[in-house]
Amino acid sequence: MINQVSEIQSIRSLKLVVKFLTISIFTLFCNSDVNATSIEKVEHTENSGHESHKEEKFQPGKMIMEHIADAHDWHLWGEGQESVTIPLPVILYTESKGLTTFISSKFEHGHASFEGFSLNEEGTVIWEDESNEEAIYDLSISKNVLQLFIGVIFLMFIVIRMARHYGKRVGKSPKGGYHLIEPLILFIRDDIAKPSIGGKTDRFMPLLLTIFFFIFTLNLFGLIPIFPGGANVTGNIAITMVLAVIVFVTVNIHGNKYYWKHIFLPDVPVWMYIIIIPIELLGVFLRPFVLMLRLFANITAGHIIILGFFSLIFIFGAMKPGLGYAVSPLSVAFTVFMSVLELLVAFLQAFVFTLLSAIYIGMATEEHH
Amino acid sequence: MQLVTPAIGLLFWMLLTFSIVLFILKKFAWKPILTHIKDREETISNALSQAEKAREDMARLHGENEQLLADARKERDAMLKEAREMKEKIIGEAKGAADEEAKKLITRAQDEINKQKLAAMDELKKEVAGFSVQIAEKLLAQNLENNDAQKKLIEHQLNELTQKAQA
Repeated sequence: MINQVSEIQSIRSLKLVVKFLTISIFTLFCNSDVNATSIEKVEHTENSGHESHKEEKFQPGKMIMEHIADAHDWHLWGEGQESVTIPLPVILYTESKGLTTFISSKFEHGHASFEGFSLNEEGTVIWEDESNEEAIYDLSISKNVLQLFIGVIFLMFIVIRMARHYGKRVGKSPKGGYHLIEPLILFIRDDIAKPSIGGKTDRFMPLLLTIFFFIFTLNLFGLIPIFPGGANVTGNIAITMVLAVIVFVTVNIHGNKYYWKHIFLPDVPVWMYIIIIPIELLGVFLRPFVLMLRLFANITAGHIIILGFFSLIFIFGAMKPGLGYAVSPLSVAFTVFMSVLELLVAFLQAFVFTLLSAIYIGMATEEHH
Repeated sequence: MQLVTPAIGLLFWMLLTFSIVLFILKKFAWKPILTHIKDREETISNALSQAEKAREDMARLHGENEQLLADARKERDAMLKEAREMKEKIIGEAKGAADEEAKKLITRAQDEINKQKLAAMDELKKEVAGFSVQIAEKLLAQNLENNDAQKKLIEHQLNELTQKAQA
């Protein structure tokens, strides 16, 4: 059975790797686009000075990348120098300067440098002196970090209040909005954890519940277009990586002797060990890797598609304003459709991540008789 | 490639935040909620099994009542039957006793009749013997008056009697 599961897993992994490659290529394409336009912009500045940003062409790739990437300030509206943003704290650690903290508004949207640091086109902090090779450890409270805090505080507020509510109604069912949360908890316990993990379910429930609600909450926050949401947190590879590493560590800490035997002493002829053991070992690392990629790719793809539909309006608008107006209803309709789909995806990806985590934990803790 | 390169700051904050969230939620939310849900489920299943038990008890009681009723009916029938038997027996006994008595009376009556008959026959015999003796006396008296030979017979007879008495 485990073999079947791992077979299915490897097929899924393959699909994901393809997806991942597609996104990588897309990213590369966007970046080259950005580089190309930056040169263009420099030329513009040389030619027409102050007016440059008004004549700037709309670049969908750049706009989309700016929206899905992390940033040192939280963009609200406006363009370039006139844009309204929420400045966020920048925390930098370097060998030579130690800990440096300041507010991101000092960068003036990337147009100024502060204490020897400046922002590049991608919004990453670099040395003002570009020849300086020293590493910068950027521990800033960036847009994604703030979004993470907001999402997590919201989640804890709801869930801890729910626990209190339960405490007040011993032996009774919950009231009001908690009615919506309890089925999710029961669903995770009865349909995800119990079939996969079996007898040891209770031990892993807090982790699985936290993973599920964490991903679900932040997925939903990512769908809100303005301030308290909108950051692409669960579509950020660092976030999904930490989640995957936590699952990886949990699985391998709790792996019993059957789990390790399956990897290092499988029930196959000894001469096949040379093939099987590397494959099994690869599987151990591939599973969390795939978890990381799946969440990242799905959420990022959703954001890219929605932003892409919006870009259509401005692409056509740049050709002829009338065309932009004509396309807009279609774009809005598609965006609404995609947003609804993304609501489903928000749940689905949280569910899939939790389900696979539960299956991996179940595989590692399963007792063979 | 910024998109697929994990940023160190985000890794750090995420790890820190997630660990804290996991700890806090585990302690203050998931454990109480899961315990509560489990308790409630137990309460519900207990209540269900108790209801089931009560239902069974009811069915059992109902059955017992039926049984009692049936027993009572049977007992009543038995009593009626017994009474009927008793009646017949009493009547039978009474009849038997009467028969016996009648038979006894009849036998006694027959005995009495027999006794009376015997007594009557005795009487009759005595009467007949008396008459015979009287007749024989008369006849003998007539014969003894004139015959010596008859005297001799009588004497002979007397001798014999005396010899018998001497022997």
